Amino acid sequence: MLEYVEKIKETAGKLFKEGKVDVFIGYKKGSVPMMNQPVLISNADQVDLLHWDSNCGLNLCNYLTGRTDRIGIVANGCNSRNIVTHITENQISRDQLYIVGIPCKGMIDHRAVQRAVKQKEILAIEEHGESFTVKGKDFEDTFNKKDYLQRNCSVCTHRNPVIFDEMIAPPVEEQDGVDAYKDVKEIEEMDPEKKWEFFTRMIDKCIRCYACRNACPLCYCPTCFVDESNPQWVGKSSDPIDTMTFHILRAYHCAGRCTDCGACERVCPVGIPIRQFTKKLNKDAQELFSWEAGLTLDQRPLLDVFRPDDYNDFIR
Amino acid sequence: MTKKIYTKEEWIKALAGLKSSYNIFVPVKDGDFHTFKALDETKIPDFNFQNTRLSPKSLVYPQSERLFECSLDENAPDANIIKESEKDYSPQAIVGIRPCDAHAFQIVRPNFDNPEYQDPWWIQRYESTTFVGLGCNNPGSTCFCTSVGGSPFSEKGLDALLYDLGDTFLAKALTDKGETFLEKAQGGKEADETALKAGEDLAVSAADKIEVKVSTDKLKDKVQTELFDAPFWDDVAFACINCGTCTYLCPTCWCFDIQDEILGKQGDRIRNWDSCMFPLFTLHGSGHNPRAKKVQRVRQRFMHKLKYYVDKYNNGVQCSGCGRCVRNCPVNIDIRKVCELMND
Repeated sequence: MLEYVEKIKETAGKLFKEGKVDVFIGYKKGSVPMMNQPVLISNADQVDLLHWDSNCGLNLCNYLTGRTDRIGIVANGCNSRNIVTHITENQISRDQLYIVGIPCKGMIDHRAVQRAVKQKEILAIEEHGESFTVKGKDFEDTFNKKDYLQRNCSVCTHRNPVIFDEMIAPPVEEQDGVDAYKDVKEIEEMDPEKKWEFFTRMIDKCIRCYACRNACPLCYCPTCFVDESNPQWVGKSSDPIDTMTFHILRAYHCAGRCTDCGACERVCPVGIPIRQFTKKLNKDAQELFSWEAGLTLDQRPLLDVFRPDDYNDFIR
Repeated sequence: MTKKIYTKEEWIKALAGLKSSYNIFVPVKDGDFHTFKALDETKIPDFNFQNTRLSPKSLVYPQSERLFECSLDENAPDANIIKESEKDYSPQAIVGIRPCDAHAFQIVRPNFDNPEYQDPWWIQRYESTTFVGLGCNNPGSTCFCTSVGGSPFSEKGLDALLYDLGDTFLAKALTDKGETFLEKAQGGKEADETALKAGEDLAVSAADKIEVKVSTDKLKDKVQTELFDAPFWDDVAFACINCGTCTYLCPTCWCFDIQDEILGKQGDRIRNWDSCMFPLFTLHGSGHNPRAKKVQRVRQRFMHKLKYYVDKYNNGVQCSGCGRCVRNCPVNIDIRKVCELMND
């Protein structure tokens, strides 16, 4: 996806020159391999900072909340769906945005790559279209990108932006025939004790840093329930029950809103597969309500509508 | 002081033997990364590691620690009387701690143990700990210990230091505590000149491998208020998501919060790590928050480490150059770059 870089710079420069935006949000190249940094630029002289490659796995929609200026922003499929969610939830106005759409071929799972090189230190990464090469002090390995996609990217069916003002390149082919919920089905098969054990073990390394929550564009509450001190809902120690309460409640707050962008999982410093919580809710939303979050501005979000003619009996 | 050489098998065996004298903590591979864990029959120490994902600070300063407790049972004779909770200060040894992490305890010490204030829990656990370091033959690309008063084989804060010589460990005692530890460590033989020379050479070549140089020389002379109002903070802070990764992984972040919790008829007063990245950290009872904005919190973290600490303790920066925050910050905020901006 390196081929997008020049086009992004050009587009951002043009937007500043034409006075269409006050600021532009994108990525700049990070200081360590497989890490890029969200960046806000405010004039055409800074556009050369902008970068895009297969390590842009955060969610830039996170940086829109509460802004009052006119913003240019790069958005791939999942980020664009979060922008839609942000607009429908009144966190940003469509008129403020100039969305530069990025057809996305998926992000690299940096942990999987680390594993593949047996945790040796990677000093550089180079992308060549469908493959990439990582280099360290005494090794060099080339991998097929499709084998090392972030788990959410490998099951993504919305790689192209759903909302944009212009596209940086023609749309990419969407993946079909993916079974997005294979892992969820396996958990569904478990009896309640097994499930509890599965989730307890899953989060046993959690240090309550809240990186998952803070990387999530859905988590924009002025005060998160875990930060409420009067009344206090959740204990602040590393008690596993409090930690579980945080994860499960947070997931439920994302029900019908999560786009499976994978930012939560990407940022976790101890590698917890946090999407296991949200994916079940995404699956339910899809199976019970034919709903996928953030696909259109024309429909209210799943959990803020009631229709007397709803096709589900139980809701009437 | 004792200088012994152990084959690696001997060393592992010696550690098993030391379990009767110490709670031994060793690096253990746990999924994708290494963690310090108490040595028992189920754990295999793995000294072939860059560094642990989380620093070993929790072994002296736990993430959550019950300080006091009281019974809330009105029928109990001591109802509502707060008492200090029982704690375990039996001897422990952190074996394989990297020199940067041992140095970090020295950086942190003036906060918990100074003439005006002594934190009894930190001090007691610190004093019950023997720090057995493992020098870094191959420092990582994000390591910058040599810029902040350390080095890959620094002895600061260590009681003994191990040199990985391939098939053997050279173990040097550095303090009385270290001497006692090595005396109790069975096996091994006295190190000869060749081994000592090999150790010295290793230390020199390792320090040369650190390519990163971070300048901290001008921080002390900077005017606090000018740095506080520096123009770069908005840019530094933009990407920050205000999570606690940097502070919780950091071996020198020491801030805590004290919480009272009740379960049934039991009341506990618990000390938990806190993070200056969280809005709640500075929220006043009045509802006012002096650091309500992200940029203020990000600035605080760097000002504390690289300016306030420098000014207050005259002990260098509050950073041991371990590079954890550089590698693990989800949005790649790099303290090396921020330090350069502040020192410029």
